[in-house]
Amino acid sequence: MNEHQQTLWEFMQQQADKLGMQTLQHIGLTFISLFIAVLIGLPLGIYITRKKQFSGFVLGIAGILQTIPSIALLGFMIPVLGIGAKPAIVALLLYALLPIIRNTYTGITGVDAAVKEAAIAMGMNKWQVLFKVELPLAMPVILAGIRTATVINVGVATLASYIAAGGLGEFIFGGISLNNTNMILAGAIPAALLAIIFDFLLSLVQKLNFKKIKGAVRIAPVLLILLSGLYFIPSAYGGKLTAGFTPEFMGRQDGNLGLISKYGLKIHTIVISDAVMYKAAQEKELDVISGYSTDGRLKAYNLVVLDDDKKIFPPYYAAPVVREDALRKFPELEKTLNLLSGTINDSVMTELNYKTDYLHQTPERVAKDFLVAKKLFKPERGGNEGVVRIGSKIFGEQYILVSMYTMLIKGYTNYNVATKTGLGGTKIVFDAMTNDQIDVYPEYTGTGLLAILQAPTKTVTALQVSKDSTYNYVQKEFLKRYQIKWLKPIGFNNAYALMMRQKQANELHIKTISDLKGFLEKK
Amino acid sequence: MIKVEHLVKTFGTTKAVNDISFEVNEGENMVLLGTSGCGKTTTLKMLNRLIEPDSGKIAINGENILEQPPELLRRSIGYVLQNNGLFPHYTVAENIAIVPNLLKWDKAKTQNRINELLEKLHLTKDHLTAYPNELSGGQQQRIGLARALVADPPVLLMDEPFGALDNVTRSKIHGEFKALDELKRKTIIMVTHDVQEAFELADRIALMDKGKIVQIGSPADLLFNPVNSFVSSFLKEQRLQLEFKTIKLIDIWEHLPDSGKKINTSLLSAQLDVWEALENFKFYSKENLNIINRQNKEVKSTTFDQLMAAFSQYKNQQPHE
Ligand SMILES: Nc1ncnc2c1ncn2[C@@H]1O[C@H](COP(=O)(O)OP(=O)(O)OP(=O)(O)O)[C@@H](O)[C@H]1O
Ligand SMILES: [Mg+2]
Repeated sequence: MNEHQQTLWEFMQQQADKLGMQTLQHIGLTFISLFIAVLIGLPLGIYITRKKQFSGFVLGIAGILQTIPSIALLGFMIPVLGIGAKPAIVALLLYALLPIIRNTYTGITGVDAAVKEAAIAMGMNKWQVLFKVELPLAMPVILAGIRTATVINVGVATLASYIAAGGLGEFIFGGISLNNTNMILAGAIPAALLAIIFDFLLSLVQKLNFKKIKGAVRIAPVLLILLSGLYFIPSAYGGKLTAGFTPEFMGRQDGNLGLISKYGLKIHTIVISDAVMYKAAQEKELDVISGYSTDGRLKAYNLVVLDDDKKIFPPYYAAPVVREDALRKFPELEKTLNLLSGTINDSVMTELNYKTDYLHQTPERVAKDFLVAKKLFKPERGGNEGVVRIGSKIFGEQYILVSMYTMLIKGYTNYNVATKTGLGGTKIVFDAMTNDQIDVYPEYTGTGLLAILQAPTKTVTALQVSKDSTYNYVQKEFLKRYQIKWLKPIGFNNAYALMMRQKQANELHIKTISDLKGFLEKK
Repeated sequence: MIKVEHLVKTFGTTKAVNDISFEVNEGENMVLLGTSGCGKTTTLKMLNRLIEPDSGKIAINGENILEQPPELLRRSIGYVLQNNGLFPHYTVAENIAIVPNLLKWDKAKTQNRINELLEKLHLTKDHLTAYPNELSGGQQQRIGLARALVADPPVLLMDEPFGALDNVTRSKIHGEFKALDELKRKTIIMVTHDVQEAFELADRIALMDKGKIVQIGSPADLLFNPVNSFVSSFLKEQRLQLEFKTIKLIDIWEHLPDSGKKINTSLLSAQLDVWEALENFKFYSKENLNIINRQNKEVKSTTFDQLMAAFSQYKNQQPHE
């Protein structure tokens, strides 16, 4: 059934253009931010050696900045700086600041007091003392800081793809979403190599003696600017409208690949994370986005779904998938999970998502309100006949479903529940399941078909006729290959969809994806 | 040459220097002596404004240094530190050339001057391209001295310049120090807490305690006319050796026997101190030293016992504390 498995090398060759571009962007991002971080951090570090009373404050702030999770920091940047390179560079430079400021400070305060005193006593002014004595002697320590910052930046720059700034993260996160190991490695290996190479090169510079360091420090700014410039090479493109697609969408048959092959859609596309995509669309940073048809933000941000007139998006009916051995271990489980079946249609799910995503109600509360309204809610029994482990991917809808299942299991059976939510993308949660880390999680038929089973195009086309045929196919194959059972569908179809701002779509008279293509091709 | 009046410096509640006044004459070697923490370094650093005084006046050649730009002032004052303070990232040549470069000397002038100093300080050209950490402590200290002397400043400040050296190296450098003609013309203020060193190198000593000068005078003054018991007890432990170093053969000339035995060995100058004379005895029996008094061209010959007898007779004439 499986077509010939592509090797990593074949993948990299096939994607060489993209890989090269991402690598250049990655190096560029790393060094632009590093360069700015040095421009800010070095003088700031020097300043706090002169005004020691500020040192605690400045180092404290820089330290706190570094403890902010990278994704969160990128998220904070969006409202202020939008998406793309700017916020990514700012976020990266904030991470790079601490090692640079701290090492400049320790390097300079660590200069032998007797040497400094000798310099002053011989009649050097404060600038001469700084440039002839303090900085040269602190240079190995400062370089160590820059080295640390570089390695941090190479790592964090992988996250830049979340906010459409490019870099090797596009492959890494695309691969995670698509369950495509080759794609992950095609991003991760170059990223790791970059870190190792830069670390090694800087370690060589650090080991130079004072004479040679002088020379190295002189060419450093030129080198930094050149490396920074790499970022701008790939971004010489433009267009009428800008699309923002998730890394996952970019690599999928039923995503961008299908848009290109079936619709012939050519649109200026940037890669962006689901978390910020909708907001960017609302703020007119993006015009067309890939989204989910039941996403609450659709309603919140006034977006419309373009009709998929050529039917490239297969149905994504949600259903719980359970390990067979778990079903044997917990005989009551299947019956209980199926209580939800048929209760949630598309508009109900959109509504529920809207409550969590936009009204910021907790998934628990939304789940409970819903179950109560449907008269499905029962108080906890406090049972202890084993623990059912429920997993979820890292988005709101899954959290709501997991909360519902938790309440149902605790209310209807004597089992207890352990949840492992936020397991990233499909690959992570599915690996957790096959490795017996979780017993059950909500999955979508389309994802099962394309991302997990990686069914060949022929099969996919054949199955796309009806929702039942896809469901039947994945159910059969999952049992056979993984001993995992699909329970009854919950009811809603969270399929991929292209969306635009309602207002813009009306103005441009775009209702279907074909309309969009037509508009783009109009001269 | 240097005139210090009512100098005061307080750190928080510590009165590091508490109303100090003294004068140093041109070409004189003044030693600031005292126990740890008595304010020697603080006093010294106020002279080149590494530390600004709270109050008091400092004049060099009649000019108030507190009104001069500190950088310019410092380029005309040599400064030698205990741990030499050489720049680890500069070669020896670059280290010595720091002040000439600040003064914008041309290359040839700097180079000539460095070569001249190298010779005087018993260093070779090979040392010039070395980095300080490749040299011995004694060599480093000499480079530190060369660096301070290179622009031929009239005033030299030295803070425990030999403090980090072992005893053998130190006494060797003391010898070179005394013999160095460059230093004979300079007005030197040197800090030490080593009594021996002070007595060996000083023209005058300022003995300090708790931020004040207790007594200022020649080594002999301190030894034989101490102003109080602090001074005498400060010198007590090493008294005998100090006396040997303070009293010159010319001082005890009249007590030396006038024996006519003038064997044809070399003649010692009567300007040497007793200590140096004692070092010349080879200690075999009936050995004689011949001493010449250049003032009256008289030559005397003495045995060890006769020298010691003359020494104690001289001391008995001195006033007692
Ligand atoms: N920068 C400073 N801040 C606070 N107190 C100081 C400072 N410098 C010196 N002191 C204090 O002033 C006093 C005199 O110090 P100073 O360094 O002049 O002593 P010193 O005679 O040179 O001693 P040593 O022989 O140990 O070098 C000491 O009590 C010392 O603790
Ligand atoms: Mg001192």
